[in-house]
Amino acid sequence: MTKATDTAFVEFDRVQKSYDGEVLVVKDLNLSMPKGEFLTMLGPSGSGKTTCLMMLAGFETATHGDIRLDGQPINNIPPHKRGIGMVFQNYALFPHMTVAENLSFPLEVRNMGKSDRQEKVKRALDMVQMGDFGGRRPAQLSGGQQQRIALARALVFEPELVLMDEPLGALDKQLRETLQFEITKLAHDLGITVVYVTHDQTEALTMSDRVAVFDDGRIQQLAPPDELYEKPQNSFVAQFIGENNTLEGVVQDIKGETCIVKLDSGDIIDAIPVNVHTVGERTKVSIRPERVEYDKSRLSADAHTLKAEVLEFIYMGDIFRTRLRVAGTDDFVIKSRNAPDQTRLKPGEMIEIGWLAQDCRALDA
Amino acid sequence: MSPCNTGDNIMTDATGPMMAADGRPLKASLNRALRRQKLRALALIAPLLVFIMFTFIIPIGQMLFRSVENQIVSDVLPTTVAALENWDAETGQAPDEDVFYALTQDLMVAVEKKQHTRLGSRLNYEMTGISSLFRKSGRSVDDIGEVYADQFIDLDPRWGEAEFWADLMGAEGLTPDMPFEMHPDVFTTFARAAPAYAAFAATIASEDGDDPREEEPWNSVYLALYEDLKEAPKFTNAPKGIEIMSEFAPQVVDFETIDLAAEFADIDEDWVDPAVWQTIQTYAPEFTNGYFLNSIDRQKTPDGAEWRPEDEQIYLKLFWRTMLMSLAITGSCILLGYPVAWLLANLPMRTANVLMILVLLPFWTSLLVRTSAWKVLLQQQGVINDLLVWIGIVADDNRLALINNATGTVIAMTHILLPFMILPLYSVMKTIPPAYLRAAKSLGATNWTAFWRVYFPQSVPGIGAGSILVFILAIGYYITPEIVGGTKGVFISNRIAYHISSSLNWGLAAALGTILLALVLVFYWLYDRIVGIDNVKLGG
Amino acid sequence: MKLTKTLMATTALSMTSVTAFADGHMASEMTIVSWGGAYSASQQAAYHDPYAEMTGVTIINDESSAEAVAKLRAMNEAGNVTWDVVDVVASDAIRLCDEGLALEIDADEQLAPGDDGSTASEDFGDLLVSDCFIPQIVYSTTAGYRTDLVGDTPPTSICAMFDLEAYPGMRSLERRPINNMEWALLCDGVAKEDVYDVLETDEGQAQAFAKLDTIKDNVVWWSAGADTPQLLADGEVVMGTTYNGRLFALIEEQKQPVAMLWDAQVFDLDGWIIPAGLSPEREARALDYVRFATDTQRLADQAKYISYGPARASSAPLVGQHATLGIDMAQHMPTDPENAKNTFLYNYEWWADYRDDLDAKFQAWLAQ
Repeated sequence: MTKATDTAFVEFDRVQKSYDGEVLVVKDLNLSMPKGEFLTMLGPSGSGKTTCLMMLAGFETATHGDIRLDGQPINNIPPHKRGIGMVFQNYALFPHMTVAENLSFPLEVRNMGKSDRQEKVKRALDMVQMGDFGGRRPAQLSGGQQQRIALARALVFEPELVLMDEPLGALDKQLRETLQFEITKLAHDLGITVVYVTHDQTEALTMSDRVAVFDDGRIQQLAPPDELYEKPQNSFVAQFIGENNTLEGVVQDIKGETCIVKLDSGDIIDAIPVNVHTVGERTKVSIRPERVEYDKSRLSADAHTLKAEVLEFIYMGDIFRTRLRVAGTDDFVIKSRNAPDQTRLKPGEMIEIGWLAQDCRALDA
Repeated sequence: MSPCNTGDNIMTDATGPMMAADGRPLKASLNRALRRQKLRALALIAPLLVFIMFTFIIPIGQMLFRSVENQIVSDVLPTTVAALENWDAETGQAPDEDVFYALTQDLMVAVEKKQHTRLGSRLNYEMTGISSLFRKSGRSVDDIGEVYADQFIDLDPRWGEAEFWADLMGAEGLTPDMPFEMHPDVFTTFARAAPAYAAFAATIASEDGDDPREEEPWNSVYLALYEDLKEAPKFTNAPKGIEIMSEFAPQVVDFETIDLAAEFADIDEDWVDPAVWQTIQTYAPEFTNGYFLNSIDRQKTPDGAEWRPEDEQIYLKLFWRTMLMSLAITGSCILLGYPVAWLLANLPMRTANVLMILVLLPFWTSLLVRTSAWKVLLQQQGVINDLLVWIGIVADDNRLALINNATGTVIAMTHILLPFMILPLYSVMKTIPPAYLRAAKSLGATNWTAFWRVYFPQSVPGIGAGSILVFILAIGYYITPEIVGGTKGVFISNRIAYHISSSLNWGLAAALGTILLALVLVFYWLYDRIVGIDNVKLGG
Repeated sequence: MKLTKTLMATTALSMTSVTAFADGHMASEMTIVSWGGAYSASQQAAYHDPYAEMTGVTIINDESSAEAVAKLRAMNEAGNVTWDVVDVVASDAIRLCDEGLALEIDADEQLAPGDDGSTASEDFGDLLVSDCFIPQIVYSTTAGYRTDLVGDTPPTSICAMFDLEAYPGMRSLERRPINNMEWALLCDGVAKEDVYDVLETDEGQAQAFAKLDTIKDNVVWWSAGADTPQLLADGEVVMGTTYNGRLFALIEEQKQPVAMLWDAQVFDLDGWIIPAGLSPEREARALDYVRFATDTQRLADQAKYISYGPARASSAPLVGQHATLGIDMAQHMPTDPENAKNTFLYNYEWWADYRDDLDAKFQAWLAQ
């Protein structure tokens, strides 16, 4: 994995975007990514991620702020001069051209000689394992094949930066996983910088060096996948990434690295203060389902525990998923590995649950 | 996966066809199941089918028929046409007495039935003057043979009595309340008079509701009688009327006779003009290619088809002009319509709707209003010319001729037909995702390259659909060219309309229409060969 | 409405016993076809309204006279003739009669005698150009010119049409050979009485086309009677031909700077025909109508509304003033002796023969 270098390759500097002059769809965006990074913009629809991508590609202009590529401001450079490869959501393969013609197109407009073109097209097709399909029309290909061609077309003119706009959205799960792997591998092998937009968090987590979570026109958190999952900076990110249990309450005490939260139900729990700073502040406490323990022997002796009633037990093969009633909520979920010694809880059973304080994060309300 | 695995109702044996569960062949079983579906589908489209049948197929069939149909000559002049078969135009002589005799008999019936002038109009298309020849002859033909009628009555007053004739020619046992009927034998005895009398009897009965038993025969019947008696054939058996034949035959030898050809020449010199007879002979067959030859500026002659005189050639020129101008109109519709359609497809909905109303405006404007508007705009003292003079581009004494010529037709028809180009273009452009243009630009194409290499090829099906629509509509237009086309801007359809409503030469109109239809089909075929008809889209 | 009409009809019947006896056998509704516009309006006022008032008949107007021949032929072929009386020009009447599409009329038997005691055939005289034709008006195709565009010497002869030197500018002529060929020959030195003899020969036709060639580039060809008045009013043409009634309206009603050129104007006739193949009731009604509508008084009445001359000699003394303008109509009639000093007689028979041939040549000439 390439580590980010100090020199920024792509840079958003206080970028704002408004379409109608009333609402900002992108608010004060600052982002800096080094060469060779695979960065994903993740967020719900309408969060501004695609607009950011389009501004980078040159199809939208920033209302305010600078976008820099390799140190040069590109706000006034038309898209076709930016030299950025792009893969579109529905592939946008030109239906009236064959696969080879599609690939040859960017080379032709760069006035490349015919033999060079043929060679490059062949190499690009081989790269995506589509060497035999040059003579076909896009309509004769399956979705996955079209996606490979779209990828090859975006790479054939050897851009340093490639943008991908939900490229796998229309494919089935299995194919998506295969292609996720292939795209990451290609990107790393070729050493290109990739900005990838998706609303699928699994995709974001598995493919990226860093993920920028977008909401409401802002980056909510920009971090490597593990940090994003394990250390969400706010309740939106915690909710949006992975499955999450939320309990609401008031901060009762803060002691350095830990704090005590009194839930609305009256129960007391331990947490680490991430986004809370004063006693008496309302907070949402976030616990990942797989970090919840109901085996007392695994908890520290002074850990606070909560009473819980088992409502539902779902067998999911590799894991068990159990829904509990805890502290007044009915949708508290725990996940446990299907290990030989694992207990299978039964609905109606009363248990006690707890967790390590560092797994429980007190976030903004 | 082979189909026999898919269900347990289907059995198969190693050699025979696949069988359904009930032992019938699977194919038959499937057909039976589909038949009901097909019938239902047929029932659903039946009203449309009937409608198209009556409003489209049958009229086109009638048009095709009319373009070759020519029964009027042999219908009106049946015996003349038969007698003319032996006449050779090459001799340069008028036909012999037999033909004139047949003409007398045919014309007499035709005049009573008022068919001779119609035939005259028909033949006048082929030769100038025949119209009045027939009209004039119609007034005088009943006098031919009068000299014989007078002599017969002088010989025996009974010849002047309707009753006597009816007894001679009529069937036996006729009572007054029965319709008159000929005796079959008299056709043997009176080889000429009997058919002539029969024609007389049938004609006055059908035209005026008269009874031959109360009407004195036409002079032409006396002429026929004289011809019969003159030859006085001897019969071995004794058919009806033989005694009359024997009684009068010897007495007619002294009759004053007439020369039929001279009689007709008396009515009009043209009757002894071989050219007239040649025209009748040429157009005697029940079907003719004459109209089609006429449609391509050729004409029928005894020596086959040849070009019409140069100062009458017009149709090929008009066909050619119609094609060229329709192409010009189609071209200008593409040029003007493409940007508008592009705007429509890419503007926000609300603005696009306003623009669409402007595009559709010509549809909602009455022809009269449009015409006045064009005149006001385009004429030499019109708005555009005034404007150009005011700006100083055009000198006042050298104003542009924008109307009453080909320019006027192209301008006006482009205006009318533009929506037919814009609408298919618009609906095709609507389906071209903007992502293609973006993709092209991201791949390094300039705006123009992206448009020309990526967008334009995908809009070609819309251009194709629009062009076919506009071209086919243009080729058949006639009102607009008539109004603004002057002399250089009229189409072949204007001649068709003229022949339908003014000259009444419907056969020629049908032939011209058929050729126009064929041309459209040829263009359609060419289009299919060059562009491919699958490449035509009216929308998504 | 219907009741009122019936009542009125009854009243009328009790007063005028003439038509009463036949009424039982006549249709109570009739369709009359005419040209529309001011012309139909004059017929409505002069004929339809009094006839409907007198008989209670419902009259339906149809403005299809321009396509009358083709439509009648189509109706006849379909076996369903829906028109009862049709207004056509004389040449169309001849065609319809030739085609057997119009009823033959015995003028003395079926038309009213003249007020002056003459028989109908004497009264109409030569105007009975076809057995099927019941003359109604005499009109003429006449030239008019812009008084402000012809300089100090306004044209006095039709040959001004061919004189581009003295009268430069565009002129409008009808898009057909009829009239134009005759004028061309007249202005090329052919004597009036020889025109048709000359035109019969190829050389004569070539001569006429050659004369027309001299002004071909300066002609706007019209096909509708309203074109020339419009072109004159817009100043698009210096002079042009049209029907004299149209020019009358342009000059007297619209007060445009236009004047009539009464020279070698071509007399033509317009009148009624009754389609062949009507049911006896409808035929009787149609005959009754035309007998009424073409009597001496009615023909004179029409001239109150439009400047076309009545077809009966006996009507001429009865022509009075225009119904709204109040001017004497006699001097605006094409039949007025002052206007008819030099007229040209249109030869129907000749054109019936040469129409197809010359039209083909004319169109070919136009397209060159």
